[in-house]
Amino acid sequence: MDTHKKVAHTPNGQQTPSPEAVDVPVASPEGHPIEQPGRQEQPVEIEGTPAGQIVVAPPATLPVPTRQRLVWLRTLLKNPKALVGIAIVVFFILVAVLAPVIAPGDPTEFVDAPNLPPSAAHLFGTEGQGKDVFRQTVWGAQISLLIGFATGLLITIVSTVIGMTAGYFRGRVDDLLTLLTNLFLVIPGLPLLIILSAFLSPGTGTIIGTLAFTGWAFGARVKRSQTLSLREKDFVAAAKVSGESGFRIIFSEIMPNMISIIMGSFISSTTYAIGASTALAFIGLGNVSEVTWGTNLYWAQNGGAILQGAWWTFVPSGLCVALVAFGLSFINYALDEVTNPRLRAEKELNRTLKGTAFKKTKTRATPVLRQSQPK
Amino acid sequence: MRYILRRLGFYLVALWAAITLDFFLPRLLPGDPAATILGTGGQLDPSQIQAVKEALGLSDQPLILQYFTYLTHVVRGDFGISFSNFPVPVISVILTGLWWTLLLGGSSVIISFIIGNLVGIFGSWRRGGAVDSFVPPLLVFIGAFPPFFLGLCAVYLLGFQLHWFPTRHAYEDTLTPGFDPAFFGSVIQHMLLPVLVLVLTQLGGWALGMRNTMVAILAEDYITMAEAKGLTQNRIMFRYAARNAMLPSITAFGIVLGFVLSGQLLIEQIFSYPGLGFLLISSVQKLDYPLMQGLFLMITFAVLVINFIVDIIYTRLDPRVRAG
Amino acid sequence: MSQSQIKIARQVQNETLLDVRDLRVEYLSPKGPVRAVDGVSFSIAPGEVLGLAGESGSGKSTIAHALLRVLRPPALITGGEVRFKGKDVLSLAEHELEAFRWQDISMVFQSAMNSLNPVMKVGDQIADVLVKHKKISKKEAWQRAGELFDIVNIDKKRLDAYPHELSGGMRQRAVIAIALALNPPMMIMDEPTTALDVVVQKEIMQQIEELKEKMGFSILFITHDMSLMVEFSNRIAIMYAGEIVEMAPAREIFENPLHPYTKGLISSFPPLVGPKHKMTGIPGSPPNMAEPPTGCRFHPRCTMCQPVEKVVNPTLQEVLPGHWLAYHEGMPGV
Repeated sequence: MDTHKKVAHTPNGQQTPSPEAVDVPVASPEGHPIEQPGRQEQPVEIEGTPAGQIVVAPPATLPVPTRQRLVWLRTLLKNPKALVGIAIVVFFILVAVLAPVIAPGDPTEFVDAPNLPPSAAHLFGTEGQGKDVFRQTVWGAQISLLIGFATGLLITIVSTVIGMTAGYFRGRVDDLLTLLTNLFLVIPGLPLLIILSAFLSPGTGTIIGTLAFTGWAFGARVKRSQTLSLREKDFVAAAKVSGESGFRIIFSEIMPNMISIIMGSFISSTTYAIGASTALAFIGLGNVSEVTWGTNLYWAQNGGAILQGAWWTFVPSGLCVALVAFGLSFINYALDEVTNPRLRAEKELNRTLKGTAFKKTKTRATPVLRQSQPK
Repeated sequence: MRYILRRLGFYLVALWAAITLDFFLPRLLPGDPAATILGTGGQLDPSQIQAVKEALGLSDQPLILQYFTYLTHVVRGDFGISFSNFPVPVISVILTGLWWTLLLGGSSVIISFIIGNLVGIFGSWRRGGAVDSFVPPLLVFIGAFPPFFLGLCAVYLLGFQLHWFPTRHAYEDTLTPGFDPAFFGSVIQHMLLPVLVLVLTQLGGWALGMRNTMVAILAEDYITMAEAKGLTQNRIMFRYAARNAMLPSITAFGIVLGFVLSGQLLIEQIFSYPGLGFLLISSVQKLDYPLMQGLFLMITFAVLVINFIVDIIYTRLDPRVRAG
Repeated sequence: MSQSQIKIARQVQNETLLDVRDLRVEYLSPKGPVRAVDGVSFSIAPGEVLGLAGESGSGKSTIAHALLRVLRPPALITGGEVRFKGKDVLSLAEHELEAFRWQDISMVFQSAMNSLNPVMKVGDQIADVLVKHKKISKKEAWQRAGELFDIVNIDKKRLDAYPHELSGGMRQRAVIAIALALNPPMMIMDEPTTALDVVVQKEIMQQIEELKEKMGFSILFITHDMSLMVEFSNRIAIMYAGEIVEMAPAREIFENPLHPYTKGLISSFPPLVGPKHKMTGIPGSPPNMAEPPTGCRFHPRCTMCQPVEKVVNPTLQEVLPGHWLAYHEGMPGV
């Protein structure tokens, strides 16, 4: 395993950022340029390292100060893609919270004739039983987002604890937890989720529980490999020598350096949970009396929306799920751009070359851009 | 060889874990599992009840003996009798769906793997090019759509409104399966739309994953050396960079397969495509517990077998694993 | 240094193979560009070995990669000229650059493990460069690859091996064989033996020496190992913070270092020959290249610093025959 990197894609195909690789594109913390171009980052070879993840070994032997640790967060908040993603997610959270204001009235109330197309009276029309689709869409945000974020949080906690425990303690604990993680990765998630939900009594709690049960493994794997590389760092060794306990080291030395990974994992878990819970509800495995985007789709399908041509009964809820998932994925995509030193390097170069005399070529040869430079 | 044996061992453990999980599932049901299951099973005579009970391992024996009885049944491929297709054995029902699922899943995975990886390779190569600036965000956007919602929209728009594609089943109902062109033509025609939807939902994952791995690989010394050697761009891109970047893509195959399959289950349901996913969801809706359990095992088994095949391919592609 | 040696050095200088003038390379960063190579000029004559020495981060490798234009983003060549046999390397078109690479200058990379494609047979990695540049068939290329393996003392059968199946020394020899493949007039060796143990290192350096005698190529030799460098190079250029601060024939640099930084660098290595002296080293650490010091870049660490050096950066001048120095009036010891 020492000769090649094992890497894997995250479910949404994104690369998980490495926290220390932040804000040191070409210069080490002391600021001098690094010898050997193309080798600023020494790849760390660990089984299960996520896609192309490169861990930079910082020349500094001291723990990264807090101020520097969170530089990526500030950069993230300046990234246009991240801002678009955040705006979308915040919009839907506001819709959920302000549902009684935006769409007053009971979403399960029969308001008019069934399958009416959108009109001034019913913005999104009515569905197969004569309920107001706009109300259902707006109110559906509440439980859909609740399930999404609650599951995301639960998965993040479980995967962080398992991943970091495995990565830090190594040995038999690691072997066992890694086996468990790999088992959950290879056993197909949705079929398991479906039969679990079929055998268990339906309810929001059950859904969150089963989603977390089937969805924690990927995050655990990512965090384990990150912990494995962080535990070899000098500041961890220093803490060990000074007699700090294992759990103290995990929480106060290692975890602060993994914040961006933990955040990325929370976002992707939430995305997964919203998608999977909608899918479950769609096939009737949720609590069908609740109003969620998934149950809206279930009722639309059951009411023969497609045959009736009533596209307005399924498009709004589906689009909401897609937009929330897109917003979340876009934040993660931006997070990747911000924390992946190579993507940043390319960006930096492109920005400089833009609008100059330099002509883009197919080759990747080092660009030459002569500047009139006072010496 | 040792690598292959280790992987095989792992898959056997995984299979055992899935079987064990399957065994305990009925015992999660509130109340007496046998009563609950059989209460939903329609009219059965006592001998059949006994047979079902035995197949599920639900007897008056101690739990551990029940477990071993269950294991022996599963190993023999005896998953009991399907309630909703009574008295057809579960295994026969499953086998009718298996090939359709493999056909649909196989074609969509192969197509999206090839297109997605090519997009990823070219995107990472042309820095700042159009492929790299606009395509990834677009793929993130498409990838955000739940596969079944995309399926619904496709069925509605391209099927019911425009009548470009058939909207249900795997082939024309009037045809009988057989080796004739009309049947094959119909099968392909019925595959087009579900495969299109599945490819769209998978494309982003492959492309973005490949792009990120390529970006990492392009910083390796052997790429610099290949460039210094004055090799052509194509040779560096494919023989040096993509050839190495492909390895993680293949390692990730197992995980990706799970996601692909999840999407496919619902797509089958939407297109009434008679694969395992369609069977699984209808068995859930009909509360056909033995069929559900059997399907779960068969799907898991299929995933494990495919993973193992991919592992064997991997050893052919990576000389370091082949030797170790 | 004897008169005859100086004569050779001069002779060599008159006839240049590679001429680098005022080369500048920057790494872009959100906080502004970092100048990794700042106005470096040197030349190499046919058959000459020019050593490039300096601490890590001084820009040695950046120069090597810039010559072949294989620096990675966010690197940008912002000025200067590179002429090889009169060819303007920095203005070559795509296909010209492809032909220039390896045919004119080949390169031995620091780590053979990392510079060989892990999923390709070593033989293929020699053959592909021959097929590309010599337009010969794959079979002929393998034939030639076998001959190259003979030259670097590896069993031909190992052409079929993958990089991970070779030992460290063998891998480095294989990389040298690839560098020799087109019989180029010049080779860059970027820390060619750093990753190897001392015994293997000796063997390989000896072999390179022999090959050089036989085939007559020039070498740009990069290492941080001063004793190896003195033994192996004709001339040595000392780099500090992206600039050449001193350049002279090897013996001269070793016996009569003039720049305080060179003195420090030499005293931090045990001498191979000559009287033993106390090893001292240089206090402090290399400067932050995003904000280099004013005046002489070395002044914050210099023990002989003069006030003027805090303001004016001295320029490279020929202070003795063949001996160039970043010099200003009244520099002590000159």
